[in-house]
Amino acid sequence: MTREKEPRLGIVISGSLAKGVDVRLDSSASVEDMAVGRYVTIEGQKQRFFGMITDVSLGVIDQKLTLTPPDVSDQFTAEVLAGTSTYGMLHVLPMLTIGGDVATLLEGPQPVKTVPSHFSTVKLASQRDVELVFGSEDEKKFYIGTPLDMETKVCLDLEEFVKRSNGIFGKSGTGKTFLTRLLLIGMLQKGKAVSLVFDMHNEYGWEGSSERGRKVKALKQLFPEKVAVFTLDEESSRRRRVSTDFVVRIGYDEIEPEDIALLRQTLNLTDASVQAVYQLCREFGDKRWIQATLELEAGEDTRGLLDKLTIHESTYRNLRRGLEMLRRLPFLLPHTPDNPVQRILEFLDRGTNVVLEFGRYTDITAYILVANLLTRRLHSQYQERMEQAMGEAAAPPHPLVITIEEAHKFLNPEVASQTIFGTIAREMRKYNVTLLVIDQRPSGIDDEVMSQIGTKITCLLDSDRDIDSVLAGVPGKSELRAVLSRLEPRQQALIFGHAVPMPVVIRIREYGSPQSYHDFISKGETESKKQAEKDIEELWG
Amino acid sequence: MAELADRVGEVIEASTTDFVAQCYELYQSPPLGSLVKTKAPPIELYGVVYYATTTSLDPGRRPIARGKDEASEEDIYRQSPQLSELLRSEFSALLVGHKQDDKLHHYLPPRPARIHSFVYLCSPEEMKEFSQSFNFLTLLLNTRLPISQDELIAACLRHLSQAHEDRHAFLVAAGKELALLLSGQFDQFKATLERIKE
Repeated sequence: MTREKEPRLGIVISGSLAKGVDVRLDSSASVEDMAVGRYVTIEGQKQRFFGMITDVSLGVIDQKLTLTPPDVSDQFTAEVLAGTSTYGMLHVLPMLTIGGDVATLLEGPQPVKTVPSHFSTVKLASQRDVELVFGSEDEKKFYIGTPLDMETKVCLDLEEFVKRSNGIFGKSGTGKTFLTRLLLIGMLQKGKAVSLVFDMHNEYGWEGSSERGRKVKALKQLFPEKVAVFTLDEESSRRRRVSTDFVVRIGYDEIEPEDIALLRQTLNLTDASVQAVYQLCREFGDKRWIQATLELEAGEDTRGLLDKLTIHESTYRNLRRGLEMLRRLPFLLPHTPDNPVQRILEFLDRGTNVVLEFGRYTDITAYILVANLLTRRLHSQYQERMEQAMGEAAAPPHPLVITIEEAHKFLNPEVASQTIFGTIAREMRKYNVTLLVIDQRPSGIDDEVMSQIGTKITCLLDSDRDIDSVLAGVPGKSELRAVLSRLEPRQQALIFGHAVPMPVVIRIREYGSPQSYHDFISKGETESKKQAEKDIEELWG
Repeated sequence: MAELADRVGEVIEASTTDFVAQCYELYQSPPLGSLVKTKAPPIELYGVVYYATTTSLDPGRRPIARGKDEASEEDIYRQSPQLSELLRSEFSALLVGHKQDDKLHHYLPPRPARIHSFVYLCSPEEMKEFSQSFNFLTLLLNTRLPISQDELIAACLRHLSQAHEDRHAFLVAAGKELALLLSGQFDQFKATLERIKE
């Protein structure tokens, strides 16, 4: 194997697998040139190790030096001391072994199970090494950014990515939306899954804007044939000149008691009211209960009914207030001519991605209600089809990724067990439905759900609780913590988990310039062309 | 002949670790810290000059002051030409390496020098070749000497550095080696460093 001549940094002097190894820098390498998050390779005797710098420190050979510092203004003394009596140290976390043994050659980089021997040489990782680890862009892999100080591409294995639920975290303004757009484009380009996006702030379907006020294109503008924009608020969409494919209206008959239970907090309902919902539902039937409850008028009949159901007067009033709030949502109608779930499914089946815009209804009640309601039905449809597919060996439905924002509202410990999103996150890919969770407060998400998230992409976080919850259960947690809290506030992210072989800090790929659009589209076109050729071939043999 | 010109003396006392040579000319001993060699076929021995003396030929007779009525110091020798024959200059060299079968070793030779072997000053090429490795520094550091080690090491390094085109780089490299060898004795290291600074 030919190896590029990368500058030698130093040698391994101590360490352990759990805590990483200490590297003593050569006098030729300056500590000031090192950076946390950079990659190095360690040439062991039998294997090559690939690792990340997680700490940089200073050392002296004799404590006297720190007490009586030598005169380093003298060039000669300074030169002699550098790297001998005074030296720099790196803390490196070995993550993978590359090259060397048979398994690695066949299957690519393997997780480390040991540490390099004493005094192994440490070098900066070459472009080739990084490519070997993160792969290059191909049918499955999507270029998402570059490692710090390098030009190499870091690629996500999207096929693996969509097999699990994934999370994008970061403080507000760190680039979560841009990152999500990128990932959605990636999934669309590679055709590994169809997406349903619950787009609370109308950013993914049509134009969005960057923080500097520049307009950026979104999915439908780049891939008009592959994306459908659904809207809850036709008027807002029209004002923004979005070409929508379908206006979603939801009938009262579609709302189930579980949906109300989930809204308990936002509608300010008591436990008793939630119980009452189930009773009313039994009384009036699944389809009619909201309409019937809202139509109840004060009077003897109503009192009689409430007595019969043992619902207290105050409970009834509490529930009624809550339902009135729902009634004020303009997209909720007593009866709807069309079934939005069916329409979404039709599009998804054709491989078209669906973005559901919320228009002006950005309040969390509408978002939770709609997202939960639609997802539950989609999930049960998928479940049915998947079971059929298992039984009859028919083709399973196309993998579906559901993107939700403000995820802690759905997945917090109180409601995670009740919502469909909690279920999807937990049962993972059994029914070909996974989540892409976007959130700025990961500590608000149920631990059980967090632990099931496959790939986590996190921009800068600065609350300790959030960092802890994101990094829970990751090997080398304390080292990654140092890296995570030193990310730049924009365009940098730490990715770790299922779809990447090792944690990686990236500078996120550029999005928003004409060149970037061109790159996305041309790549998408060649792939769709390939797909078309393949289809023709299959059709005509 | 170059060899003749570089010949500085003859071994008159030898041991495993060092040898003493008498200079052919009075006061012509090589400078402190310089690299000299002598032969004990098939081995070439290398030494670093660490001590030099000029004494009376007869240990029982000490020289007496003679210049009271002379105008200059040279006049003393001119008036009593026998003086140069009654005095002798000697120098001691610490063995720091040897060459056997054309291979240079930076450790003690298997046998000491022979009496009456000629002692030569090493040429710049030999100095350069010899100073490719700093292993000889340990020999200088670990031998008990009549002069301070800092002085000898510094003199030796200054002398060897003259054979290198990039003196600064050579001295820095030597300094780094010393930093490791004297890692526990920072004061000594600092003193030596002061003496090799340019």
